[in-house]
Amino acid sequence: MATPPVASMRSGVAGVFGNLDAALLALRELKAHGYANLTVYSPAPRHEFDDLLAKKESPVRLFTLVGGLTGCALGFAYAISTSLDWELITGGKPIVSLPPFVIIGFECTILFGALITVAGMFLNARLPKLRKAAGYDPRFSNDKFGIVAFGGPAQVAAAEEIMRAAGAEEVNDV
Amino acid sequence: MAAAAPPMPRGAPAGEPTYGDVNRDIIKTLAPPGKRWFLGMAIVLSGLAFGAFCWALQLRAGIGVTNYMPPIFWGTYITTFVFWVGIAHSGTLISAILFLFRSGWRSAVYRASEAMTVFAVMTAGLFPVLHLGRAWFAYWVFPYPNVRGLWANFKSPLVWDVFAISTYLTVSATFLFMGLIPDIAAVRDQATGWRRRVYGILSFGWRNSDREWHHFMRMYLFLAALSTPLVLSVHSVVSWDFAMGIVPGWHATIFAPYFVAGAIFSGCGMVITILVPLRKLFQLERYLRVRHFENLAKLCLLTSMIVSYAYITEYFVAWYSGNPIERASFYNRAFGGYWWASWIMITCNAFVPQLLWFKKIRTSIPTLFVISLFINIGMWFERFVIIVTSLSHEFEPWQWTSAYRPNWIELGILLGSFCWFSMWFLLFVKFFPSVAISEVKEALPPPGREHGRGGH
Repeated sequence: MATPPVASMRSGVAGVFGNLDAALLALRELKAHGYANLTVYSPAPRHEFDDLLAKKESPVRLFTLVGGLTGCALGFAYAISTSLDWELITGGKPIVSLPPFVIIGFECTILFGALITVAGMFLNARLPKLRKAAGYDPRFSNDKFGIVAFGGPAQVAAAEEIMRAAGAEEVNDV
Repeated sequence: MAAAAPPMPRGAPAGEPTYGDVNRDIIKTLAPPGKRWFLGMAIVLSGLAFGAFCWALQLRAGIGVTNYMPPIFWGTYITTFVFWVGIAHSGTLISAILFLFRSGWRSAVYRASEAMTVFAVMTAGLFPVLHLGRAWFAYWVFPYPNVRGLWANFKSPLVWDVFAISTYLTVSATFLFMGLIPDIAAVRDQATGWRRRVYGILSFGWRNSDREWHHFMRMYLFLAALSTPLVLSVHSVVSWDFAMGIVPGWHATIFAPYFVAGAIFSGCGMVITILVPLRKLFQLERYLRVRHFENLAKLCLLTSMIVSYAYITEYFVAWYSGNPIERASFYNRAFGGYWWASWIMITCNAFVPQLLWFKKIRTSIPTLFVISLFINIGMWFERFVIIVTSLSHEFEPWQWTSAYRPNWIELGILLGSFCWFSMWFLLFVKFFPSVAISEVKEALPPPGREHGRGGH
C-alpha cells in the first residue's frame, strides 16, 4: 500500500476486509472513536452492520402507506365517478355498488402501494447513482466487505490505523 | 432476503460455496450460449411461429376456425388462460409469501420462480386477446374515455380481471426487477466493455452500500407484503369469472380458495419442471440442492391435498344441495361424455402426488420431474373440466353436448403459448442471473465464519 504523496490531501480511506468479523470490529472501533461519516459496503445485506450503525427506521414504509391509501382512494373514485358519468343500470343493482368496487379499490391499493414503495426506495437510497462512488471497489459485490471513512487528515490517518489493527486486507486512499 | 439469516438445516459444510464461488458459478451461467441453447431456441421459435400461423388463420377467417360450438364458447383458450395465470402463482408464493415466513430455502429457487411468474402472466395475458374474434378491439376492455360516453362495467368480473391481471403483471415484474438490481451490479462489476455499460445502467448505479441495503430491504419487505394479498386476490378474481355466473359447476362459493390452491399446486409443479433442466444445464447442483426440490415436493403434496379436498367438497355439495341440475352436472362430469378429462384430472392431481409421501421419491430428481409433468397435465385438464364440461351440461337438455374437442388450430396456439413462455425464459437465463446472487450469499455463512456458522 503506497503512502499518499501529500498527506494533507487525504479526505478519506477505504478499508477492504475479507472477513466479516474484522469489518465489524473495525466499524465498532471507528464508531467508538466518534467517526460519523462512514459508508459500509457489503456483498449481501448483513444486519450486524445495521445494528452497529444504529440506523433509524427507513422512511420507505411511509411511501408504502401513502401510495396504498392514494391507490385505494383513486380506485374507488374511478369506479364511482365513471359509473355516475353514464347512469346505466346493470343486473338490477344500484349505480354505485360498493361491494364490487372493493375489488377495483383493492387492486389499485396494491398497484400504487408497490410502485410508490419502489419510488421511495430510489429516493431514499439516492438511486440512480450516475457518478462513481468514492472508495467503491468492484470486489464489494463479490466477496469483500468495505468501510469508507471520511474526515480531516488526522482523522483519516487514525481511521487507517484502526482498520489495519482490526484486520483490513488493504487500506486505500479515496 | 431476510433481515436476519434464517436458521436452516444444511448439508455437509464442506459442500458450502463461498461468496466468491457464488459470484463465479452464477455469473458463469451468463456466458455466451452454446449449441444446446441455440437448439432449444430454434425449437421454441419454430413452435412459436406455428402458433402465430394458427392465430393468423384465425384472424383472417374468424373464430369459426376453432371447434367452438354452442354452448361451448369458452374452450381451449380460456382453459389455457387460467392455466397460465395459475402457473404464475407459485412464483409469488415462493418469492413473497415464503419471504414473509423467513423460509431460508427459497433464496436458491426464488429468482427462477419469480421470472416464471412474470413470463407466465405475459403468456396468460395473450389469451383473452387470442380468444377474441376481432382481436383488434381488445382495447375495449380497458376503461378509458371514449366517444360513446360509456365506461367499463365495474360490476363485471371480467373487468375485475383486467385490473387484477394487469396489477399482477406490473407488481410481479417490478418485484422481479428490484430483486435483480444488486445482482445486476455484481454482474456489472465483473463485466467488461459494452456489457459493463449496459449492466451499469440496468443496476441504476447500485453499490451495495449500507444506505442502499437499508432502504432496499424495507422496500423488499413491503413489496412482499403487498404481493401476498395480491397473489391470493388474482386467482380469486379469475375464479369469480366463473363463480359469478349461474352455470352449474361454476356457481360455487368454494371457487376462490379452490383456485388459489390449484394455482399454487400447478405452479410448484412447473417450478420443478423448469429447475431440473436449469440445474443440469448450468451445473448448479451446489445451489439447487436436493432439499430444495424436496421442499417444493412437500408444497406440491400439501396443495394437492387441498385441491383433492376441494374436488370432494364440490361433489359433496352438489349432492347435499339436493339441486337436481347441480347433481346432474356433476354426475355428467364424472361419467358423461367428458369422463376421460375428469379422470385424467383426478389421477394427475389427486392420486399421482400421493407418491410424494415417500422421502425416496421426494429426493429423486428424475422421479420428481416426471411427477411435475403429470401435475402440469392434470392442472390443464382441471381447467378444461371446469370450463368445458360445465358449459356442455347447463340447464337445457337440447344444448347438452360432448362433441367439443380442441382442433389443430387451438392446439397450435396452445403449443405456441408454451414456446412463447420458454422463449422468454431462455432469454432470461442468458441475460440475468437465474439464481439470486446476493440472497444466496445472505443464506451462506459470511467470509470468516465459514466454519461453525457463528453469529446466529
